[in-house]
Amino acid sequence: MSVNRRTFLAVGSAGAALALAGCASTPGRPLARVVVIGGGYGGATAAKYLRLWEPRLDVTLVERNEAFVSCPISNLVLAGAEKIENLTVRYDGLRKYGVRVVRDEATAIDYDRRVVRLARGDALPWDRLIVAPGIDFQYEQIPGLDNAEAQSRVLHAWRAGPQTVALRRQLEAMPDGGVFAISIPRSPYRCPPGPYERASVVADYFRQAKPKSKVLVLDANSDIVSKPALFRGVWAERYKGMVEYVPNSELVEFDVKRNVARMQVEDVKATLFNIIPPQRAGQVASDLVTVNRQWCGVEFLGFESTKIPGVHVIGDAIAPAPAMPKSGFMANNHAKVAADAVIARLTGQPLNTDPIIANTCYSFLTTTEAVHVASVHKYDRDQKTLVVVKGSGGLSSARSTLEGEYAYAWARNIWADALG
Amino acid sequence: MTASPRNAARTALLAATTFLAFGAGSAAAQQAPDRPTERQVRAWAAACAACHNTDGRSIGGFPVLAGRSAEDTYRALVEFRSGQRPATIMHQHTRGYTTDELRHIAEWFANVKPAR
Repeated sequence: MSVNRRTFLAVGSAGAALALAGCASTPGRPLARVVVIGGGYGGATAAKYLRLWEPRLDVTLVERNEAFVSCPISNLVLAGAEKIENLTVRYDGLRKYGVRVVRDEATAIDYDRRVVRLARGDALPWDRLIVAPGIDFQYEQIPGLDNAEAQSRVLHAWRAGPQTVALRRQLEAMPDGGVFAISIPRSPYRCPPGPYERASVVADYFRQAKPKSKVLVLDANSDIVSKPALFRGVWAERYKGMVEYVPNSELVEFDVKRNVARMQVEDVKATLFNIIPPQRAGQVASDLVTVNRQWCGVEFLGFESTKIPGVHVIGDAIAPAPAMPKSGFMANNHAKVAADAVIARLTGQPLNTDPIIANTCYSFLTTTEAVHVASVHKYDRDQKTLVVVKGSGGLSSARSTLEGEYAYAWARNIWADALG
Repeated sequence: MTASPRNAARTALLAATTFLAFGAGSAAAQQAPDRPTERQVRAWAAACAACHNTDGRSIGGFPVLAGRSAEDTYRALVEFRSGQRPATIMHQHTRGYTTDELRHIAEWFANVKPAR
């Protein structure tokens, strides 16, 4: 099926949608069917806002997990300062908005027939599709970790859930005097400040419970990717002698038997490794990948795929606009622009031409004190992308318990915004 | 200002897009309207919901914006923007918006019913 025919059909269904709009009170005749793949920060928000803003839509969210578990705040679980249950939100809240939540795995997308294939249930047809698949890990790039057995022992804990709890157990079991090594992939990856936050709050745990232990940060990047001065500051002061930072340190192979990481320059031994592998868009979106075999290209007025019309991609899976981090906050904001665009397309309205979205990433430097980085992104018509507004955004000047409280307030409000 | 062929082509394309966007009844050369559409403002305000919850119905830690008077919200926003009102983060966010945009957003939240 050619792109032209597909475009023609898209216009056709919008026309049909307009015709239906005249008899909106007719029960059981939705305006159009929208399927959202993935119930994370992006997908859950998109599903909710589609129904909030256009109740005539039939919206189905496909999610493989029983409940949402937040990556933000999950480093505090590793530090023993939080419980995973408190970061877990069920999908029931979305049903109030009339979102049909299907617990299943989206295994493939048939773009010609316009259906999402599921592992267990019947395929889901769509008139517009929003793909929010999050990330998958490129273990094939790390010889030694390219098998399930090795991956069950050397954890990433970069999707919150069972791995977070398991890594906490490994940290508890680590003897005092041990070295906990975190391997960070090249940017871009999910949650730019996350690995450094992890190093900081695990150091805080060690400080209290295993004071002879150390955190070794092996960074494939040439410097700390986010909030460098703030992280460097707390490591030099509160965690003096406890956190060692090694830039330009890219993992090339892992020896599970000897527990040795082979870096480009040298071999590194540690008591406990946490390998955060390089990432790409979640597998189900593989046909939408356009950039570096990793990320899905989108236009930034509606987050529509640059490859396949009628399909929108949001969240960590996209090829980001300049200085746009892969964060839950951003995914939530992508979702609203995409939902608005999907509604516009299905009701024959113009796209909004001036999207403005924002980001805030809180990071804990201790188990109670946090800092933030913020930015505002506005559509630039010449560059045809979202760019950071000059003069907007910035960092905290110092860590504080006030911002630690704000980090929690943010988390509770965004969970309510996405899922409640 | 000289118009290169490329710019001219772009202008023509823009005009065509605008024409399509505003329908056959309006002038083809119409620029983006001064007053943003309600949908546009709703989408801007939705960004705030990532901290202030959907429609500004904060569940704690940050102010409830739903139903708050437009004057109050607008004054707070411009005072954050100028640095007159102390903040941890709102000065950084408000500097991403024009005062007109902030006013539209404040008006939008004022029109939200505070209780469900």
